[in-house]
Amino acid sequence: MPTTYQIVVCGGIVPDPLQSLEPVMGPTGPALKNEMMLPSVLDPWAWHALFEAADLAKRHPGSKVWLVSMSPKAKLQQVMMGLAQKVPFELVVVDGPASGFADAVETAAALAGAIEGIPDLDRSKLLLFGGWQSASRGTGAVLQMIGEILGIDEQFQGVDKLTVDDSGGLEILERIEAGAWQKSRCAGAPAVLGWATGELPEPPNNPQIGMQNMRGIMPALQQAKPAALSGEGLSYDSVESPKQRRETRVETEMDADAIADEIAAWLKG
Amino acid sequence: MDTKVLWIGFTDGSGMLEKPALEALTAACTIADGLGGELVAAVVGGSAETALGQIGGASPASVTTVTGETWSAPRYKTDAAACEQVAKTTEAGIVVSAAGSRFSRIAAGLAQRLGGAVDTQVTAAKVEGGTLKVDRWFYRQRMIGTIQRSTRPWVLSVAPGSFAPCAEGAVEATPLEVATESRTTPLGVEAGTSGAQTIRPDADVLLVAGAGWTKKQADGEVHVDVAADLILDFAESARASLGSSKSMVDLASEGQAVLPFLTHLHQIGQTGASPRHPKGLATCCHGEEPHAVGWRFINERRAINTNAACGWAQGKADVLYVADAFEVMRKVNERLK
Repeated sequence: MPTTYQIVVCGGIVPDPLQSLEPVMGPTGPALKNEMMLPSVLDPWAWHALFEAADLAKRHPGSKVWLVSMSPKAKLQQVMMGLAQKVPFELVVVDGPASGFADAVETAAALAGAIEGIPDLDRSKLLLFGGWQSASRGTGAVLQMIGEILGIDEQFQGVDKLTVDDSGGLEILERIEAGAWQKSRCAGAPAVLGWATGELPEPPNNPQIGMQNMRGIMPALQQAKPAALSGEGLSYDSVESPKQRRETRVETEMDADAIADEIAAWLKG
Repeated sequence: MDTKVLWIGFTDGSGMLEKPALEALTAACTIADGLGGELVAAVVGGSAETALGQIGGASPASVTTVTGETWSAPRYKTDAAACEQVAKTTEAGIVVSAAGSRFSRIAAGLAQRLGGAVDTQVTAAKVEGGTLKVDRWFYRQRMIGTIQRSTRPWVLSVAPGSFAPCAEGAVEATPLEVATESRTTPLGVEAGTSGAQTIRPDADVLLVAGAGWTKKQADGEVHVDVAADLILDFAESARASLGSSKSMVDLASEGQAVLPFLTHLHQIGQTGASPRHPKGLATCCHGEEPHAVGWRFINERRAINTNAACGWAQGKADVLYVADAFEVMRKVNERLK
């Protein structure tokens, strides 16, 4: 009998990477200037995780993918308009902040609660996917903590490749130092996989998948439970963009030999 | 408990502690001294004898070892179990380790098990008025924050290159037995790239190759083979580490000419690494601030490209050479041989 999986992908939204970001200190702590006005995207590594999840589910018929996101639901709805056309998934929403300044502990607890609330989720077949770090907080913490809360203690981070063998064993490549991978074999689900880039290109838009997804997305957004994060125990003294601007010496007239001499001397110096 | 600082070091395949582990030990010392607390240490790995000769400079009050075949290779469940038991046994309020892949894999899980909090990739630590404050970057190196927490235990991972390595010296240790088993079997390490190793974290210089290398040149032709030779020649001659822009590694999926030895592992910037090297030379790179975060932690920066107004270099590099990188790099390579 082929192995089937219940794949839960955790992913928040982040400001479009091409936007300029400026921190501001508010009464409740730091935030981004004009945060609600900034265009958002699904977190880049969660984006890869979602595509890997959909590909795995496609190769193992009977599997299913959920996308669990804690984000302001109005902004998440905008992101879903594009994302929904990529791959099939069922959305679960926690209406809460997507800020990089929120605490990982509280974020993990809210997301774990949402996953525990998924009806008929078979934990023995659960693969918990997500990005190995976010492009906001960037601690690489939330997925590990959700795994611990759900009692999953086979975890992998910086995953670039997952291969499933005939017995359901998982062979996994995790990024380590110096451009190498740690190769491991896990006996099977349940497991946590924090994805790096993976191996798949961005899927093309598929309007049929989009329509199918949107039937579930709008109710999920309407039913989103709010998560109020207290931020207790964490305080920020300051958050600032580095202001250092270098005085760049621009050489437009030097010939190649002179430039090469200068660079070689600089490298040897 | 709140002022007791636990440093955890993982040994490599030869039983030694690598430089980032000794840097994290300095951070732990700094925190313990500032808090007027006690520093305790733990070494986890296949063996610890050599490592015990490396950490004496920190004068830890006690040293615990968790060793054996089970810990000879990284694995979440066994590493987390070892660190959890050490942290609970020592009743540390602050837990510090290097932000390498091994501790990064378990840091948050460890904090969750301890009922504490976690902050990763810490770049500075100081104690003011008896309060520990740490610096870390947010939004992919776009902004830096100073934070403090009342939650304990507080698990911290220290970014490589943020502190000087601790002085060496020998210490005595007490072994700790940890019972654990896992459904995961480590199978070894695979090289991320074929051919020569081009990612060198300890290199003095980072060469960043941008997408311009694969575009049409002055003669109207693309010269990817020549570009590959020039880049690899430089990486070898200068013992440089090699990085690339996102657009460069994305070209393959777009069906364009690519440099085959560049992978996502080489990618620096917004969705890649921000490596630390004393010098950086960017070639044929273009883009604005979001892309330039890839060399946030490069001390001396120079760039070669054909656009004097390029946002990658203006205000971010010390020197911008407006020139043909093919011609310049060929001559640089001649001078380095």
